[in-house]
Amino acid sequence: MTEALGAPPPAAMRAPQEAASLAVVDVSVRYANGVAAVERASFTLDRPTICGLVGVNGSGKSSLFKALMGFVPTGGGTIRIAGLPVERALKRGLVAYVPQSEEVDWNFPVLVEDVVMMGRYGHMGLLRIPRAADRAAVDVALARVGMAELRHRQIGELSGGQKKRAFLARALAQGAWVILLDEPFTGIDLTTEQAIVELMREMRDEGRLMLVSTHNLGSVPEFCDQVVLFNRTVLAFGPTETTFTAENLARTFGAALRHVRLGGADLHDDADARHVTVLTDDERPLVLYGARGRQAVVPPGQEEAPK
Amino acid sequence: MGGEVLELLLEPFAYSYMARAIWVSALVGGVCAFLSCYLVLKGWSLMGDALSHAVVPGVAVAYLVKLPYAAGAFAAGLLAALAMAAVQRVTLLREDAAIGLVFTTMFAAGLLIVSVNPASVSVQTIIMGNVLAIADEDVVQVVGIAAVALAVLLLRWRDLMLAFFDASHAQAVGLSPWRLRVLFFVLLSACTVAALQTVGAIMVIAMVVTPGATAYLLTDRFGRMLVVAVLIGTGTAASGAYVSYFLDGATGGLIVVAQTLAFLAAFAFAPKHGRLAAWRRTRAASSGGADR
Repeated sequence: MTEALGAPPPAAMRAPQEAASLAVVDVSVRYANGVAAVERASFTLDRPTICGLVGVNGSGKSSLFKALMGFVPTGGGTIRIAGLPVERALKRGLVAYVPQSEEVDWNFPVLVEDVVMMGRYGHMGLLRIPRAADRAAVDVALARVGMAELRHRQIGELSGGQKKRAFLARALAQGAWVILLDEPFTGIDLTTEQAIVELMREMRDEGRLMLVSTHNLGSVPEFCDQVVLFNRTVLAFGPTETTFTAENLARTFGAALRHVRLGGADLHDDADARHVTVLTDDERPLVLYGARGRQAVVPPGQEEAPK
Repeated sequence: MGGEVLELLLEPFAYSYMARAIWVSALVGGVCAFLSCYLVLKGWSLMGDALSHAVVPGVAVAYLVKLPYAAGAFAAGLLAALAMAAVQRVTLLREDAAIGLVFTTMFAAGLLIVSVNPASVSVQTIIMGNVLAIADEDVVQVVGIAAVALAVLLLRWRDLMLAFFDASHAQAVGLSPWRLRVLFFVLLSACTVAALQTVGAIMVIAMVVTPGATAYLLTDRFGRMLVVAVLIGTGTAASGAYVSYFLDGATGGLIVVAQTLAFLAAFAFAPKHGRLAAWRRTRAASSGGADR
């Protein structure tokens, strides 16, 4: 599949496993006024994976992303992407960024295919004139996200999910091995979300690493292999199954979440000791039944179901 | 009879000062139109206005110390751009307030300098422009600035587009959005200086806004928007200068009137984003709904 993406970036010559790694060690980020947005954060992802970066708005997730993109200097600590310092990893086109919808100017006069072609800039010469390999990579990327037919649309004419897919196609065309996604599920419906999650799984299986910032708890267990629970620093990090627990979430979100726990006579007629726990910011709640039981997404409007 | 009309229409070209005014205006109009696409899309239109006013003290000082006026204007333009960025950063004022503060201050300083040294330079020339009486050495400056700016833009327009559309992605593919932004402001300052001579400080804003705004209504692709804007900018500047011969009116005013007419035409008749097309769509939609 990687072959079909056209001329691979130089770093793709190495094993993808090596390219798909991200090490954040003791990283701090400070604003100009000295306030710490990120304080001694550490976590290491060393193989293809989908990792959620979970925390409330204003917890420093964006600042961490900015540091990973080399936009803000780190005030101490080191970041290694594919074993390289940020600047060199960027120069090699190893890192792609899928922006939050609000960050994009949807009225900008560019077509879907123009946006995807932007992924190829790092591969082009100084004048950025597309070659056959670049066009082929764009075609393949568009086909993979199912957007080939919409390639001549101006980007503002797309639905929320199509917009996301266009930018994912750009990351694919770029041939990035480490992909940062900023709140990818904001403002899109569940069906579209599932299609995008499916695409992300495919991308992981071909060796890419995705770090997904989200405050959308309900879907985290569905698509994240690992999670980083974040509030100015890493509060917990590990496989979703063992890390994404009610206790850790309560620690991460504090009072920002509605916390409903049902059990005993509220829930059962018999002596069953299990509880239903609902953690929600009233957008898409997380429902846990039993200690480490099943997770399910409750469609909006049906949150009262457990009763 | 027909021969006489033709003779009359060609008359402006018989005067070298007229022919020169036409092609200098066209050149400046084209480069400013190129830049206007970026300004319009980024919501920085007022930046062009601010810079054009802010260069006035630079011009005044340059005349005073007998330097080429372009050098003084350019220095003042950069100073203004830096001051705006600094005011915004240090005080957390909004962008429009920072722009308003800096450009009025510099414009006032310029007027003051000119008024206490009345012999140095005519306020009228700076504010209204006077391409018909442009001096030879000024032509050299204007052409030099425009040619260099055009060359840089032709080489780097895609990088600038990417940095303006999506700075994060520009960073991700190894470009420096910050450096590209500085490059853009250097070009804008330089072209503002060139346009000053042609249409004057007050009208520069039209040169760096209207062609881009017009082209935006006519296409959904950035590359085409550039081409359309440059054609409009060149055409309106040349025709404005040409018509000024017959009307004996201010060249700057006529150029801007021509640009406004082009904008109004696009606003009404643009194939997709024009009012007429929008009206047709609404009508088609409502009658289509009635049929069902």
